[in-house]
Amino acid sequence: MSNDKKKKTWKQLLYRDRYLLIMIIPVVIYYLVFCYLPMTGIVMAFNQYQVGSGFAGIYTSKWVGLKWFKQFFGSIYLGRLVRNTFLLQFFSLIFGFPIPILFAIAVTQVANKKARKIIQVSTYLPYFISTVVVCGMINNFLSPSGGIINQLLNMIGIESINFMNLPQWFRPIYVISGSWQSFGFNSIIFVAAIMGISPDLYEAMDVDGANRRQVIWHLVLPSIKPTIILLLIMSLGTMMSVGFEKVYLLYNTAVYETADVIQTYVYRQGIQSSNYSYATAVGLFNSVINFVIVFIANRISRKVTDTAIW
Amino acid sequence: MKTGVKRRKEFHGSVGDIVFDLIIWVFLFFAVVVCVYPFIYVLSVSLSSGQAVNQGKVVLFPVDLNLEALKTVLNYKQLWISYGNTFFYTVVGTVLNVVFTCLAAYPLSRKRFCLRKQMNFLLAFTMYFSGGLIPVYIIVTKLGLYDSRLVMILPVLISAYNVMICRSAFESISEELFEEAAIEGANDFYILTKIAVPLIKPTLAVLTLYYAVARYNDFFSAMLYISDSTKEPLQIFLRRILLQASMEIMQTTNINMGALSQSTIQVRYVCIVVSVVPIMLVVPLVQKYLVQGTMLGAVKG
Repeated sequence: MSNDKKKKTWKQLLYRDRYLLIMIIPVVIYYLVFCYLPMTGIVMAFNQYQVGSGFAGIYTSKWVGLKWFKQFFGSIYLGRLVRNTFLLQFFSLIFGFPIPILFAIAVTQVANKKARKIIQVSTYLPYFISTVVVCGMINNFLSPSGGIINQLLNMIGIESINFMNLPQWFRPIYVISGSWQSFGFNSIIFVAAIMGISPDLYEAMDVDGANRRQVIWHLVLPSIKPTIILLLIMSLGTMMSVGFEKVYLLYNTAVYETADVIQTYVYRQGIQSSNYSYATAVGLFNSVINFVIVFIANRISRKVTDTAIW
Repeated sequence: MKTGVKRRKEFHGSVGDIVFDLIIWVFLFFAVVVCVYPFIYVLSVSLSSGQAVNQGKVVLFPVDLNLEALKTVLNYKQLWISYGNTFFYTVVGTVLNVVFTCLAAYPLSRKRFCLRKQMNFLLAFTMYFSGGLIPVYIIVTKLGLYDSRLVMILPVLISAYNVMICRSAFESISEELFEEAAIEGANDFYILTKIAVPLIKPTLAVLTLYYAVARYNDFFSAMLYISDSTKEPLQIFLRRILLQASMEIMQTTNINMGALSQSTIQVRYVCIVVSVVPIMLVVPLVQKYLVQGTMLGAVKG
C-alpha cells in the first residue's frame, strides 16, 4: 500500500479523488467569491475609493498609504471605540461565564429526569430568539411610558428611569440581557461533562460519608475543570468582537459614549456615510486585533488543554 | 448515567443537605422564571383588553381576555408578506446550507483526500480573518446581488464552524464501513448520501436547527442589502414595529385615537408572539440532539 502511494503522481491522485474534488469545487467557489475576494478588497483601506467607481475602482483608486489609519488613530474615536468594545465583552465574560456553570451544577442535582428536561428546555429558549425580538423586548420593557420595569419601579415608589437614553445603563443592559439569553444554552456542555462523571466516583464519595457540598467541591468541580478552562480560553478569543446587531439595535446617539463599538462605527462611516476607504481601514484594524487575540488564545489552549480550534 | 442519579439520592438526609437542596431549588426556580416569564407576560398583554394593559393590570395572566390586538396584527398584509419571505429564505437557505456543509465536510474528513490540508486551511482561515464589513458589502453589491432574493441565501451559504462539527461527525464513523463500500465499487457520492449521511443524522439535526434559526433570525443581511419591502424578511418588519415605533399597523385599521395609544404596546407584543411561535415549536423537538452537537463542536473541530 505505502509503496503504491509513493508512486502516484499528482495527476493520478486527482483522478483517484475526482468525486471528492467534484464535491468540494462548489464549496471552494463559495469561499473564493464571498470570503477571499472581499479580502482583496482590503486594499481599499490604502487608497481613495470613490462612490460609483465600480468594481475596478477597488483596486485602481488613488493610493494614499496610511492616511486613513493616521486619521483614525488621531481621532477621539480610537480610545472610545476600543474601550467600549473591550468592556462590553469583558463584562459579558466576567458576569456571563460563571452562571452556566452554577446552573449546570444545580440542574444536575435534580434527580427527576423529567423535571430536569423541563428546566433545561425552558432555559434554552431565549438563546434561539432573534436579536431584533430580544432588543424589542428590552426596549419596550424598559420604556418609561408603559414598560413593565418602570411600572414596577413606580409601584415601590421609584420614579421612572429612561434606561435606554442614559449612558450608564447601556453596559448593564447589554451584559445582563446577553447573559439571560445564553446561560441555559451555554450550560449544555457543562451538564454533559457532569453527567459523564463515572457513578463509581460518586459511590466512593458516598462510602467516605461525604455530603452533597463536598461531592460538588471535591468531585464535580474538579471533573469539569478542563471544560471550564477550555471554554474560558476560547471566549478570550472573542474579546474584541462584539456582536454588531445587538449594539446597533439598542443604542442611540444619547448613549454613544458607552455604547458605540468598532463595528457600529464602521457601519455608520461606511454604509451610512459612504466613507468606504476610511471604514475599511477601521474594519481592518479590528480584524487584525481579532486575529492576533484568537491566535494567542489558540496557542494558550493548545499548551494548556491539548485542544486547538485549528 | 442512571446509576449516578440514583446514587445522589442517597445523600439526602442531613440538615445541611436539606438546606442545600432548598438553595438549589430556589436558584433553579429563579432561573426558569427569569427565562419564561418575559414570554408569558408578552403573551398575556397580547391577549388582554387595551384598557387593562393601559392601567397596568396585566402582570402574569391575561386580564379581560380580548383578541382585538391579535386580529389587528393578523389582518395586516405586510406581516404575511414578510413572513412568507422569511419562510422562503429559511427553507431554501437551510437546505442549501446543510447540503453545502456536507459537501465541504465529507472530503475534509477523508484522510486519503489529496487536497485535504489545503482545503482545510482555506476554510479554517476564514474563521480567523475576514475582509471586514465594507469590502464584503462592496463585493456583494458589485456582484449585482443588491435587492435580490439570492442575497439572503448566498453570502451565508457555509459556516466554517459548522463544517468542522460535521467533519468530526464523519470522522467518527468506522473507517471499515468506507473501505468495504469502496471495495464493492461504491463511489464517494454513493457513500456520502447512502452511508455517511444516514449515520450522522443527529449531528445534521443540530446543524439544521442552527442554520434554520440563523436564517429565520437573520436581520443583518436584510438591513444591508434589501430595501424592497416586497422582499423584506420578518425581522426587518419586526424592527420597524418594535424598535422604530412604526404606527403602520394601526393606521390601516379604523381604531380611534384614544384606542391607538393603548394598543401601540399591545400591537408590538402581538408581533413578538407571532414571530416567536415557530421557534418555540421547533426547539423542544430538536433539543435532545443539542448536547451531541455542542459537544462535538467544542471538543474536536
